[in-house]
Amino acid sequence: MKKIKKRGKKDELTIHFMPYSEIAYLNSIERIKKILGLVLENRLIILQGRLKPDEETKLIENTMTLIGNIKGFQGVEISTLSGDKEKSLFDRVRHNIARILVGEQDAMTLIGPATAVKEIRKDPKKMELILKRG
Amino acid sequence: MKNWIKRLNDRINRLFKKKKQIKLGFYGPPNAGKTSLANRICQDWLGEDIGTVSRVPHETREIKIKENIVMEQGNKKLEFRIIDTPGIATRIDFEDFIKFGMKKKEAQTRAKEATQGIIESIKWLDDMEAVVVVIDATTNPYSQINITIIGNLAARKIPVLIVANKMDLSKANIKKIIGAFPEYPVVGISTKTGEGIENFYSEIFKLVKSKK
Repeated sequence: MKKIKKRGKKDELTIHFMPYSEIAYLNSIERIKKILGLVLENRLIILQGRLKPDEETKLIENTMTLIGNIKGFQGVEISTLSGDKEKSLFDRVRHNIARILVGEQDAMTLIGPATAVKEIRKDPKKMELILKRG
Repeated sequence: MKNWIKRLNDRINRLFKKKKQIKLGFYGPPNAGKTSLANRICQDWLGEDIGTVSRVPHETREIKIKENIVMEQGNKKLEFRIIDTPGIATRIDFEDFIKFGMKKKEAQTRAKEATQGIIESIKWLDDMEAVVVVIDATTNPYSQINITIIGNLAARKIPVLIVANKMDLSKANIKKIIGAFPEYPVVGISTKTGEGIENFYSEIFKLVKSKK
């Protein structure tokens, strides 16, 4: 893996709103590279949609590799709130067709650096982001 | 003549061929009780442990395998290869280990080994034939690690049994786990007291049957 330097001011956390269109045409490797690049800039990403299951594991694998190679990097906090619960059969079929056509947009994902994010508390209806005090 | 030799050869092969072992993996976040459960199984059916357990997270930092675990239920018999995996996490900070009384260097080594262990766990996902996902029943089941592991197993069409461990604790809430993963069988156990372990073995037989 190409070495990525940790950038961004240590005492600043930027919230980065990312529409799905920003990653829609990227392949899995490019998506992970983009997300981890932003996290290393001390950015908290609020992504419209979600990654695929295998992309989530790839993200974890790459994160683990980076922990060993970048001083001060402790990993990421990630959480996805999906809107696919409690839907009728018709809605689920419609949702699956839409997912094939335009990707998984019916969700929201938070990804941030573990040095800034203490915890993401989640239940089926909400996510709570707990940040560390500077 | 050729056919006759081939048939004879097949029969000899079948006679001496090792019985196929089902690769049963144990996955979950750190400190959920994967090794405690794998130890319980190995003790029950083999009389020996698979690994050490500790209250310090990431005690298991490499894949541990035990072969020839023969489980019996009634007149049914199944042979397993048990694969205990390091707990999967998205963050590792060596200072968390210092809080448990470790020296800095020891904590740094443990952190490094833990990151490598997580990579190994993920790589082994493809090799599993059935998986037990162990969740600490006193914690929030909606954690992304649980969702990512189960999502990956579903995508690979690997049968999953969810184990809600630590049911002996008053904070344990199996209903929350069932609510979080309604499409999967959930069994409550306590590796500490042995509560629910017989039910767990029944579910393992059902899980393997569902695979066939």
